[in-house]
Amino acid sequence: MLFKRDGILKKNAGFDITKYMVYIIFIIAVVIFSLWLGGTFFSLSNILNITRQTAMISIMAVGMVFVISTGGIDLTVSGIVPVAGLMAGILLEKTGNIFLAVAVPLAIGCVVGMINGAFITYMALPPFLMTLGMQFALKGVAMWISNTKAVPIYNQTFNNIFGYGSIFGIPVLLIWTIAFVILGFIMLRYLPYGRKTLAVGGNKTAAKYSGIDTNKIIIKTYMFSGFCAAVAALLYAGRTQSAKYTYGENDEMSIIAAVVLGGTAMTGGTGSIVGAFVGSMLMGMINNGLVMGGLGVAQQKIIRGLIIIAAVTLSNIAEHRKKKA
Amino acid sequence: MAETVLSMNHINKSFGGVPVLKNVDFSIKKGSIHALVGGNGAGKSTLMKIMTGVYSCDNGTVTVNGEEKKITNPNIARDSGIRMIFQELSLIPTLSVVENIFLNHEIKKGAFVDKKEMNAKAQELLDEIGVKVDVNKRVGNLEIGICQLIEIAKALSSAFSVLIMDEPTASLTEEETQNLFQIMRNLQKKGASIVYISHRLKEVLEISDEITVLRDGEVIRTDSNSAFSMESLIGDIIGKNEASDFEYIEREGQILDEVMLRVENLSWEENHNKISFEVKKGEVVGLVGLLGSGRTEIVEALFGIRKHKGTQIYVDGKEVRIRNVQDAVENGIALIPEDRRTQGLTLTHSIMDNTILPNLKQLTKGGFLHLKHCRQMSEECISEFNVKANGVNDMMLNLSGGNQQKVVIGKWFATEPKVILMDEPTAGVDIGAKTEIIELIRRFVERQKSVVFISSELSEVLGVCDRVIVLKDGGITQEIRRSTIHNEEELQHAVQA
Repeated sequence: MLFKRDGILKKNAGFDITKYMVYIIFIIAVVIFSLWLGGTFFSLSNILNITRQTAMISIMAVGMVFVISTGGIDLTVSGIVPVAGLMAGILLEKTGNIFLAVAVPLAIGCVVGMINGAFITYMALPPFLMTLGMQFALKGVAMWISNTKAVPIYNQTFNNIFGYGSIFGIPVLLIWTIAFVILGFIMLRYLPYGRKTLAVGGNKTAAKYSGIDTNKIIIKTYMFSGFCAAVAALLYAGRTQSAKYTYGENDEMSIIAAVVLGGTAMTGGTGSIVGAFVGSMLMGMINNGLVMGGLGVAQQKIIRGLIIIAAVTLSNIAEHRKKKA
Repeated sequence: MAETVLSMNHINKSFGGVPVLKNVDFSIKKGSIHALVGGNGAGKSTLMKIMTGVYSCDNGTVTVNGEEKKITNPNIARDSGIRMIFQELSLIPTLSVVENIFLNHEIKKGAFVDKKEMNAKAQELLDEIGVKVDVNKRVGNLEIGICQLIEIAKALSSAFSVLIMDEPTASLTEEETQNLFQIMRNLQKKGASIVYISHRLKEVLEISDEITVLRDGEVIRTDSNSAFSMESLIGDIIGKNEASDFEYIEREGQILDEVMLRVENLSWEENHNKISFEVKKGEVVGLVGLLGSGRTEIVEALFGIRKHKGTQIYVDGKEVRIRNVQDAVENGIALIPEDRRTQGLTLTHSIMDNTILPNLKQLTKGGFLHLKHCRQMSEECISEFNVKANGVNDMMLNLSGGNQQKVVIGKWFATEPKVILMDEPTAGVDIGAKTEIIELIRRFVERQKSVVFISSELSEVLGVCDRVIVLKDGGITQEIRRSTIHNEEELQHAVQA
């Protein structure tokens, strides 16, 4: 159940290796790093460390699954993160009102997503360009409102809720991540909205001919992705007790890689939340392992790139084999 | 006795343990048009895919021009002189006519493409088959009938011995079909052999020299054309002995006086004919007319896909506004669209995912989807409409055309509509599924519901419709009661008028 591509139930109910590819690769990576780095890698504290580091990517990946499963893409997330984070920081500084400092950034995420979606649907803009343009603009806004300076956050309640604290020894970042994975899973699988999203991505015309307001569905996916990015912004702020215009930089590419590794096709029509989460953990684990292994930044980048290519190649080979069989 | 160009002997092929072809023998004589017929799932496409190297057979031999060949990939088939024109045209819309014709075997002068030579050659090929078209035009801007002929020109652009045509007339008008047949006869005179696959039996009987009937992966009969009649051909295909065209059957339910759908002053963008008509409860009304007569446009407008203006639409006595599909569905209108692959279904999704799509509202409880009910609904769809599948999780892609269409019909029946608009619901499905679909329509209207039925096959129209509306150039020319039409020819005359 958990390991199915949510929503899309395929023929041959038996073992289908392509669905499990990301999990297999994940396990292989765990084994390799454990052998290489020994017990320190596989310790509870390091595992918790990895989940903390990947929490934001995982949460944004949940939103991205919806966008990509309609055949779209959202590059704006790394523009929303700094703006939403800085808004939270500035509002806490000026008003000290936590409610405002949470509500306003979330609203920003949704509104930006709505604007993206509206242009992509009603103006027929390519998602790649629309969301890239919006990302640039928002990064500019972030630099402008912060004067390129970091905004410190002294509100400990805020920092505890978003990032720093823990409940019964479980870091809140992990709790937030799991909450969003469950939310996304339920949305995709058990809500009519999820079915509609997959239908729009699978065949937009057929979806329209089935009475689905395809534009509305697409706009909602960008809104949800924006919302997830705003939540990630709050977590960045809470975790570092500050906000800065550089937060979230290049995150969009890690998120897309995690989602695609997890089995969501870029062409739309399929989506896997759990897969995206595991994909995100895989990326985080690779980062963590390479740092622990003492590799330099340059080497890390090279290896990370190669691993992504290798992983997608592997799952494509499996997919190809299956089609031929 | 003409020599054999290609013969396939004792061909067997299974998919996942299920035999699709059983010991099939198939051979084509030089200069002959050989029709290959059979219901959907009979194995026609599999056999052709083996001939063209898309699949390889489990065992059996293929002999081309007296030489045994192992056709393990499409290139070998190409080099052996086997060409295929696909049902879904394989032209690239953004390229020009000449670029398409010479795609992958461009004429070169040194390292560069010899545009001049290619243009001249393309023009020559097109002249040969009698097509008048600018070779530098983009294919995307051309009509489908022309594209079909360009496909043929493409196949002719290099030497070949066998040409396979899969449902080439499916999207052609009668005139274009005749034109195509003339081209086929010319090719035949030049010694080409043609494999002609079609569901249109009249055309098969008209054009072919020989006919092979496949059923359930076995060759039922191979014989010369003169040995077949329409009756015996249908009999061989469906495996029943007594088979006739669809006869009009009196239904149990009556046609009420109450009007279910009334349309007044329907006009759309390029059309100002202000079309008005009505459909009574328990009635099937046929819309007939040639391609471009406005049949599809009318149902698209009623379903909220095509913008219309100044129209009054009444459903079950109540005036309704239809601005989009949601409005139509809410008011009890359903549409079985013309093209099930692009408009009716998501082929990469399962039967269940497809059937629940228009029914999500009734399957939702407290905001959540009721998965059990979803499953139930699609299981009912499979059993009620006799869909051949392993289960609700089968991908649509793996179903035959007729079964796919039954799922489209099933998903809309589940919405319990008052009026179903059907645009060519039997196009490209085998004769068994056709009969079932006609039967479904009859059962549906017996419950005092209404159907608007569009079909190019007039025998079907006569088989199921109570009244026929004849359209020409986007306007109504005639309305005829079924009881006053004696035979298909009469209706054909009305359409051609």
